Parts: sequence; C-alpha cells; structure tokens
Amino acid sequence: MYTISNRLKTFSIILIVLGVLGVAYGFMTSQKSLEEVKTMLVEEHAHTEDTEISVAEHAESAAPTGTEHADVSHDDEHAAHVQEQLAKRPWSALYVSALFFMTIALGVLAFYAIQVASQAGWSPVLFRVMEAISAYLLPGAIIVILLAVGSHFIGHHNEIFIWMNPEVVADDKLIQNKSGYLNITAFLIRAIIFIAGWSLYQYFARKFSIAQDNAEPGDKRNFKKSFRIAAGFLVFFIYTESIMSWDWIMSVDPHWFSTLFGWYVFSGMIVAGVTVIAMLTIYLKGKGLLPLVNDSHIHDLAKYMFGFSIFWAYLWFSQFMLIWYANIPEEVVYFAARIEHYKLPFFGMLVLNFVFPFLVLMHSDYKRVPWFVMMGGVIILVGHYVDLFVMIMPATVVDRWYIGIPEIGSILLLGGLFMLVVFTSLSKAPLTPKGNPFIKESENFHY
Amino acid sequence: MASHYEAPIRRPLVLGEKSYHDVSVDIAKPVEGKANKSWWIVFSISLAAFLWGIGCIIYTINTGIGVWGLNKTIGWAWDITNFVWWVGIGHAGTLISAVLLLFRQKWRMAINRSAEAMTIFAVIQAGLFPLIHMGRPWLGYWVLPIPNQFGSLWVNFNSPLLWDVFAISTYLSVSLVFWWTGLLPDFAMIRDRAVKPFQKKIYSLLAFGWSGRAKDWQRFEEVSLVLAGLATPLVLSVHTIVSFDFATSIVPGWHTTIFPPYFVAGAVFSGFAMVNTLLIIMRKVVSLEDYITVQHIELMNIVIMITGTIVGVAYITELFIAWYSGVEYEQYAFLNRATGPYWWAYLLMMTCNVFSPQFMWFKKLRTSIMFSFFISIVVNVGMWFERFVIIVTSLHRDYMPSAWTMFQPTFVDIGIFIGTIGFFFVLFLLYARTFPVVSQAEVKAILKTSGQRYKRIRESGGSLVGTG
Repeated sequence: MYTISNRLKTFSIILIVLGVLGVAYGFMTSQKSLEEVKTMLVEEHAHTEDTEISVAEHAESAAPTGTEHADVSHDDEHAAHVQEQLAKRPWSALYVSALFFMTIALGVLAFYAIQVASQAGWSPVLFRVMEAISAYLLPGAIIVILLAVGSHFIGHHNEIFIWMNPEVVADDKLIQNKSGYLNITAFLIRAIIFIAGWSLYQYFARKFSIAQDNAEPGDKRNFKKSFRIAAGFLVFFIYTESIMSWDWIMSVDPHWFSTLFGWYVFSGMIVAGVTVIAMLTIYLKGKGLLPLVNDSHIHDLAKYMFGFSIFWAYLWFSQFMLIWYANIPEEVVYFAARIEHYKLPFFGMLVLNFVFPFLVLMHSDYKRVPWFVMMGGVIILVGHYVDLFVMIMPATVVDRWYIGIPEIGSILLLGGLFMLVVFTSLSKAPLTPKGNPFIKESENFHY
Repeated sequence: MASHYEAPIRRPLVLGEKSYHDVSVDIAKPVEGKANKSWWIVFSISLAAFLWGIGCIIYTINTGIGVWGLNKTIGWAWDITNFVWWVGIGHAGTLISAVLLLFRQKWRMAINRSAEAMTIFAVIQAGLFPLIHMGRPWLGYWVLPIPNQFGSLWVNFNSPLLWDVFAISTYLSVSLVFWWTGLLPDFAMIRDRAVKPFQKKIYSLLAFGWSGRAKDWQRFEEVSLVLAGLATPLVLSVHTIVSFDFATSIVPGWHTTIFPPYFVAGAVFSGFAMVNTLLIIMRKVVSLEDYITVQHIELMNIVIMITGTIVGVAYITELFIAWYSGVEYEQYAFLNRATGPYWWAYLLMMTCNVFSPQFMWFKKLRTSIMFSFFISIVVNVGMWFERFVIIVTSLHRDYMPSAWTMFQPTFVDIGIFIGTIGFFFVLFLLYARTFPVVSQAEVKAILKTSGQRYKRIRESGGSLVGTG
C-alpha cells in the first residue's frame, strides 16, 4: 500500500499556490485599455520596422470582413485586435496546460484499455499506476470544458474559440454554415457525452480491477467484465477522441479542417501517456514500492515511447506534407500562420518529439537505464506541450505569444493538481493487482 | 526471449499430442509427397487465367493503352485499382511477420510463412500494373535516376509515382530477404530429411548450408528482430506512399490528409481477409488443422474487426469533414459517391467494409470457419470496390461539369485483372507444394510453452523433463 508522503503533498500544494499566483498575474496584466494598447503599438513601431510590417499585414489578413478601411479606423481596429489577443493570452495559456494534462490522462486510459483488451502478459504489474494516472481524467476534462466555455462568458472578447463570439459569426459566412455543429449548446452536449463515457469506463475498470483483487482464487468474473468493458470503451474512444479533437482543438481555427487531425492528436496523447506511465513507474520503483517491476518492464515502456514518437512524426509529416504539397489556399493558411509566427516551436517540436526520442531510445541497453528513460521522457513531455501550444496559440494570441509567467504559472497550477490527484488515487489501493490471471506472467516477465 | 511461465488461461496454439518429430513430419509431408488430382486441376485453371492475362498484356502493349476503358477524364481506373488492391493484400504478410513479432504474438508462428509468401506474390502482381499502365512501357527504366547521355537527364523526385517505384521495389526486396532468412532452418530440415538425391541437392542449395549452431541461432534471432523493426515502418510507409498518389493531388475526394493511415488500415484489413481465405483452405488441404487452429482464425477475425472499425471511422471522418469544410466540390464528391451513377459501388463498399466485419463481435460467428471464409471473401470484394470508388468516382465528376463522364471497363481491363489472380494462384500453388508452409523452427520454439500436450502435463503438475 502506498501512502502519499507529506513532502509530496506539500510540494504539489506549493506548485498550485505558485501557479495560482502566476495565473492571477497573467490575468491582471492582460487587461489593457485601447489607449494603452495604442501606446504600446507606437512604442513597438519605434523599435523595428520589420515587426511593424508583419503586424500590419497580419491585421489585414485577420480582419474578418476583409474590406478596406480608412486609416484611422484601421488603426483602431488593429489596436482592438491586439487588445483581444492580449486578453486571450492567460486563457489560452491555461487551456494549453489543461489540455496537456487531460490528454495525458486520456492517453493512459486508452493504453490501459488496450493492455486489458489485448490480454497483455507483461503489463498487469503496472495497472495500478495506469489507473491512478487516468483518475485525473474527470477533473482534467471538466477543467478543459470550463475554460473553453468560461472564456466566452467571463470577460469581454477573450474567448478561446472565436465561433463562440456572436459578433465574429455575424460577419462570417463560413462559420455560419457550420453553426449547426459549432454552437455552445451542441459543444456542451457532446462534451458531456465524451466525459461521461470516459469517466464511466475509468470508474468501472478501476472498480473491477480492485474487486478482482479481493475475489476468491479462480473466480475470474471481474477480470472478464474488465475485458468486455475495455473492448467497448475502445470503440467508444476511437469515435469520441476524433470528435473531441475537432471540438476542443481543431475548431480554434474554425475555417480550417483536416481529416487526419483526430488521429494526429491521438498519437500525441498516447506517447505522452506512456511516457508518464514510465516516469511514474521509475519513480515508484526508485522508492522500492514496485518490487515486481524489473528492467524488462521499463524496456517495454521505453519501446512504446520510441515507437509512438515515430508514429507521431509519421502523422505529423503526413498532415503537413499533404497540405504543403497541394498548397490549396484554404488549408495552407494553417501552416503558413504557424511557420510565420511560430517558426522555432513549430520546427523545434519536431526535434523534441521525433529526433531526440529516436536517437536516445534507439539502443536496447539504454532503454533499460531508468535515468535515461526519464531524460527521454522529459524531452517527450516538453515536446508534447509545445505541440499543443502550436495547435492553440496561433489561433488565439497570434503573434503575441511568449512562454512567460502566465504559461509557466498554468503548468505549475495544473501540474500540482495533477500530482495531487494521481498520488492520492495511488494511495487508495494496493500497488499490485494480485487477482489478475496474468499477474504471474507479468511478474516473471523477462525480455 | 520466451518467458518461463505462461498463464493457464491462454489456450494452446498447437493441438494434438505433438512432439518435435511430429511437427517436422507434418510440415514436410506436403513437400515430400506427390500432388493429387485436385491440385493439378486448380493449377491448370490458374495457369490458364495467367496465360490469358499475359495475352491481354501483350495485346495492350502492342496496340496501345486505348484498348482499355480509360478516357480523357478517367486516366486511372482498373489498372491503379488493381495495383492498390494487390499492394494492400500484400501488407498483411509483413504485418503478421514483423508487427506481430514486435508484439510477441506467439500465434503468428503458424501463419507467418504463408502470409509472407502471400505478400511476395501479391506485390509481384501489384508491380505489374505500374509497368503495363504506361503508354510507353519500354521507356520504363527512365524512372530510375541513372546517369545517361542526355546530359545526365534526371528524374523529378517530387512525384509520388516515383516514390512508389522506390517504395514497392524496397518493399519487395526486404520482404523477400526477410522471408528467405526465416526459411533457412526449414529448408535445412527438408534437406536433412530428403532421400532423393535431386531433392537433396535442391534443398541444400536453398538452405545456404544452415547447420543450426548456437551462434547461428543467436544471430538469426537478432536479424529477425532488426528486420521486423525495419519492416514495420516500411510497411506503413509503402501504403502511405501509395496513398500519396491520390492525397497529394487537388482532386476533390482525393485530397485528404487521412489517406496515409487509413489506406494502411485498409491494407491490413484486406490483407488479413486474404490470409484467412487462403489459410482456411490450406489447413484443410494439407491437413495442418492442428497448427492453424480455430483460435488462429478467430484472432485474424478480430484483427479484421478492429481494422474494419478503423476504416469505418475514417469513412465517417471523411464524410463529416466534407460537410464541415464548406467546400462545395468536396461536398459534391461525397454526395456523388452516395447518390451518383456509381451509388451501387459505394453501397457495396460500405456494406462489405463497415458492416460485415462487425459480425465478428459475436463469438459464435468469428469461431465459425464457414462464416469466416465467407466474410473474408466479402471483405476482399469490398476493398476492391473501395479503391475503385476512391479512384473512379472522384475522377469522373470533378471541378468542370463539361468534363464529367463515365467509365466502362473493356475485356482487356478485366482480362488483365483475372490474369493477375491466375498468376498469384500459380505462384501460391507452386509454393504450397515445394516450401514448408509452416515455419517448423518457430512452431518448435513455442511447442513446450503453448503445445496442448505440454500445457496438459504442466497443469497436472508433471515435469517436462524427458518429454522430447
């Protein structure tokens, strides 16, 4: 049985407190009056002419109507846009972090269901670790939805999703055509269905897993139930995960669309999920709490990190290359905007998510070295954060991005919460699921 | 690699009271015996189809591509449909031998040899089409970047059709090497059992002097693992590149980013269906029911069910995004598929690919050999129509209504397709008589962990010492 140490508890509470301060600072400094923004722009103007040109260009392309304006109103309109972008920054920073931790929990839940449904013989000793991480899914997903909708109802014109802004929609024929799908009521109904479905599976999988521990020897009823619901969940998941990624991520750019998007988001969440499983396992094993876990288990997890990193790169490339190659204007704007304003994160994440894991985790011996896997894991997680950052930020704050106090504060706040939820859940059941029929195979696992 | 312990709830993979010797005898029997009458009948039919196909190919090359049913709007139809279909079928072999090896699936041992053979024979069929669908196939070598006397005139590396050349040729070579490496211990087994000098000579040549020393086995295992690690990204990239032929274009219905993984899923789907079709017959004909068990068929059905579901999700995603995109050409492309003149092909594809694999959720159906055989045929038909629908319905009505037209295959189109089926079966039938169709070395490696006899002894508390 694991008990959460006071030091860990204090540490996560400190993270939350620091995070709250950072986020509060972000919200306080993001509210600027139109006059302040104008002064700021004039100052920037004086700094470099280059920025001025690209900012002006951007203002033109971002103007929803695309009609010409007189100079004075153009200036005003531009300043208003910048004002909105600044106001959206703390919301977006929180949203990216919320997505980051939520997708980790969801990725872990999907991986867990796959392990159960495929009757894997190596992983049962890790089931409690996976169950604990996926316990964050329910609060995590609710936070995501609260931020998505809250950014519309709280404050003025700082919504993460511009299709929630009726003034934008009124001018935009394209969004109007989609409003049968993109409206707050439908968005919430879908979100409730997804979250309810995932959480129900998480709840019952955990329940049957613990019930199997306490069952009579030879009684496999709970094991069979877990198997059945895992198969059912995977079907539910493959549909809802796609729709979730259209709803919660792709529609920040409501003009843009890509059929691969859902699967691309999935590849990111599964690699991050497996990485967190590996890191938490190594941590607990370091504390001597998982005596049955040997270096072959770590090796297998590291192989999944390696394999899914390549899978992520495959889908990233497929999506990017096909759009770049055909160069159809309505699609290519997505990458054009990202390459223009997010060059370093956009190409940098390719190094973090693909090149480093590929080189670091290639060698078989290194995949058995805990600190090496930890190092690879940190790189992958940073890469996954940047991946989500580049999905969301270009649509909300456009070129006004920076990784500063609001972003780091959000990571600390939600990271602290994530740790608290995961470790609390970990302390609620024995760390070895002893009733699983494959547990002995898993104990004896060597590769 | 193998763990010393296996959970009792895992079902045996080798049925009957098999010993190592029984495995050798059972697997060598078809090679050592004589072909019966029905083999000769089927072989003759396949050969006739193959010869007919060759006739059609020669006729096309002599007369011109105009003998096919193509027209100015639809420049690709049966040729590329068949090409993609055959490549797709080939993918299951690598999936079974490489991906299932990486996932340590012991059940692959009994089926990988035939699945890989199927890959190679299917890729050979596929490889014919890029050559014969050229207007001037005798200039086919111009696709290769060879230094030449035209001021070193080079190829353009921007075309997915060129990537196809590299993808398919690499795929065929790697699959062939992978297959042959695995065959070495088996050829050696046949060589050592052979009594006729001619047979002994042939299998000695094929076995490359394999003597089965510890060092050889150790390197053999390592090579298999490395090749599996290389073949997995290869198999994904090959069908991805095939999908790029369409997805890089700007044709509505073709230009969509989901094609790469979705074509791969479809390839696994159709490939496993073809493996099922072939193995259900083969296990019966060469009496290998104890090795290719109902459990193997059930597991393949589950793979078909999973990949069928993935393909279904992709269909729905395409439909949704077509609506969501607000692009009227895209919307029309899908409306045309569902309600246009080729609605019947679309309906057939949807029924065969989306609905039929869902029957596999019922244990009674997926463990029924007759039903699995039926569904495996249905899936192959459905996947042929998927490629046909993607290619033809997107081309026959696109941007300019003045270019709208229809497609009608001629007897030459059909004849060549039948010819490739004939050629495939000629190769497969010859293989089934001369090659060890189950990898005896690998089956022997799992015999003591997963053989019925040994499982029984272990469960009753007995010792395996001296069981041989």
